[in-house]
Amino acid sequence: MRVVIMGCGRLGSTLARELDHEGHRVTVIDVDSAAFNWLEDDFRGVTIVGAGEDIDVQQAAGVPRADIFLALANGDNRNAMAVQVAKHIHGAPRVVARIYDPERADVYRQLGINVVNPTTILDEMVREAAFGQRDDDTGEER
Amino acid sequence: MYIIVVGGGKVGRGAARDLIGMGHEVCVVERDANTAWSINNELGEVALLGDGAEIHVQRAAGMNRADVVVACTGRDQANLAVAQTAQTRFNVGKVIARINDPRNERIFRTLGFDYTISATAAIVNAIEQEVSAGLSRLTQFRSTAFVLAEVSIPQVAPAVGCTVRDLSLPPNTVLALIIRDDDQPEVPGPNTLIQAADVVIAVTQPQHEASLREALTGVT
Repeated sequence: MRVVIMGCGRLGSTLARELDHEGHRVTVIDVDSAAFNWLEDDFRGVTIVGAGEDIDVQQAAGVPRADIFLALANGDNRNAMAVQVAKHIHGAPRVVARIYDPERADVYRQLGINVVNPTTILDEMVREAAFGQRDDDTGEER
Repeated sequence: MYIIVVGGGKVGRGAARDLIGMGHEVCVVERDANTAWSINNELGEVALLGDGAEIHVQRAAGMNRADVVVACTGRDQANLAVAQTAQTRFNVGKVIARINDPRNERIFRTLGFDYTISATAAIVNAIEQEVSAGLSRLTQFRSTAFVLAEVSIPQVAPAVGCTVRDLSLPPNTVLALIIRDDDQPEVPGPNTLIQAADVVIAVTQPQHEASLREALTGVT
């Protein structure tokens, strides 16, 4: 599959390397060329310096032909705008945005965007690690 | 009306100043402490310090009772986020978004934000008008396919000395007004004579702007 990843930090570069090793055609976009140092030398994908929410940068990165667009940069606003440009302008069939703010994550879910919210995921994991079991919604100890 | 302005830069601050002058209740959300302080110093305690794209800040600003939200930071992704949360989360009736990069106009429109302001586009438009003698678009009418355009008639042009009837205007185009030095603006009729240096205000469609300019100025 053709996958375009916006944001080459720890998460973006890890996914880029994995997907590349699995045989996918990966393009990574980052505003900072130094971010590509996170990738290994054997990375066979394409790297593009630019703002991933920019309509023309997405064009250059091949988003119109991509199967998947992942917005994994650090800013919620940036990621949210990027996936909407990819989806509504370039017609990317599948988009995912990392949104840190749980409340904004809900807003974007309501707008039909696939959102991954690290805060709620980590919240649950930390609770599980600390209490040994997943806390149910009542907040009562079991 | 209660109006929340997100972004207290030159645009937001100027908007807040005018809106307060018009008697509206205004809150400016600004994330830079010095800028917020300076706004409060000038306008009274109207600035709220915080990131206006954050929902908890929006709540603190009372966005649930806002009649209008103006998203006018210098970053389009922030303006889009503000506009979308204002609409989706707080059901704000009217959201006005500033667009810094004219190329982003498309995504705002696609997502349903028709009330946008773009200083960059306005400046580019003004420059185009100065550089290319000819037509400049004044506005696009909301939810119609029509635009209002201004055409300056050059000293030498095929239209000079012609009546309106004689012009070969593109379809769906109406000359609405002719403005001439020192004269009262005139609504042109079929027999109105086009003169050099006239300013013609016309209603047309975007795809006919070029042929309208050519008909009036000869510039292709």
